[in-house]
Amino acid sequence: MKHEITLTVNGETLPVDVSPNDVLLDTLRTQVGVKSPKIGCERGDCGSCTVLLDGANVRSCLILAIEVDGHHITTVEGLSNDGLSALQEELIAASSFQCGFCAPGIVLVAAELLEHDPEPTRDQVREAISGNLCRCTGYDPIVDAVLALAEREGSDS
Amino acid sequence: MLAGGTDVVPWLRDEAIAPVALIDIKAIPDLHLITDLDGSLHLGALVTFSDLLASPHVAERYPILGEMGHLVASAGVRNRATLVGNICSAVPSCDAGPVLLAYEADVHIVGPQGARDVSIADWFRGPRATALQADEIVTGMTIHPPAKSHGAAFLKLSRYEGEDLAQANLAVVMTAAHRYRIAYGAVAATPLRASAIEQLLDGHALDVDRIAAAQQLVAGEISPITDMRATKEYREHMCRVMLERGLLAAQARLNGAGPAYPARLV
Repeated sequence: MKHEITLTVNGETLPVDVSPNDVLLDTLRTQVGVKSPKIGCERGDCGSCTVLLDGANVRSCLILAIEVDGHHITTVEGLSNDGLSALQEELIAASSFQCGFCAPGIVLVAAELLEHDPEPTRDQVREAISGNLCRCTGYDPIVDAVLALAEREGSDS
Repeated sequence: MLAGGTDVVPWLRDEAIAPVALIDIKAIPDLHLITDLDGSLHLGALVTFSDLLASPHVAERYPILGEMGHLVASAGVRNRATLVGNICSAVPSCDAGPVLLAYEADVHIVGPQGARDVSIADWFRGPRATALQADEIVTGMTIHPPAKSHGAAFLKLSRYEGEDLAQANLAVVMTAAHRYRIAYGAVAATPLRASAIEQLLDGHALDVDRIAAAQQLVAGEISPITDMRATKEYREHMCRVMLERGLLAAQARLNGAGPAYPARLV
């Protein structure tokens, strides 16, 4: 039996019909049409399905859509109102990603980290992204870009 | 019964469970509460690992809850996963297990017969098996440190920094009166108190000889297996190493020195 729930995805509030056992990741991709959360391990290990739920990063593969009726979901599409965020520009400039499968999740956890702590240490950045597996880069170009942005924005303010 | 869902949702997908109905309890406000009871601490069933880490009071008074919480999975899981869920799924490597044993938690249960408490010492019955009956739910836990002021350490051995299940984990709590509580996880069918080691240490200050004598007892306390994460020989060896490091860190912290909480001690 379908139930109508209300999701606010990237600022847009919309009704969605879900079955009680529909997983949020699948609902976002197939019904809402937001494709940036990726289907990876589907058991909470890889982080590629990361979204922000009311501002905090979660694994959308571990959440039923019906659990988050009325809540706010942010994906990379919603990070910036116009074009790319400064964080995304920095990651692109540093060639931080190769295949890019992990990128949406890592961008979101890095954005959340910088929101709470604009000048993180290297260890804090590594800890923040430790739940997001990248099999291409060895992580260093990602960490470097996050730190470079934090340092530049810190010196600007 | 659905709280954080970090175990339940994969089980649903794998068809390991096929419930007629799931009841989401997250809208019950009281179950989210962390309440200090002057020396003991009540944790509602919906308290997540992130909630623990966000509480300055928990960090100050019950420091290994945070030291453990930092080493559980990653933030994306900790934002949903609950301590009570961790002991209800009851895998032998659960990180909350040794800490709750060392803090002598009472598990609060409600069912058709009314409310009852089960000591954490009687809670774990085997891998993924607990004292909870099918028609009961856990509403929370109350933990009881041995003294308001105590030195403690939580150590988690894993294959790499970051998200991994424990190869072995250990909680050590000690007081200025030389009372010790020591609990291991991932090295037997359930998390366990190392009571023979506690007896050897109780009433005594730590010195090299006593720690060495305690290490001699480790093999008799644990019964590790060989699996994909480690061999039983490696686990047993590292449990001796972790015991020494845990005791020394707890003692140093009791004396106002030692590594600041939370630290990675192994």
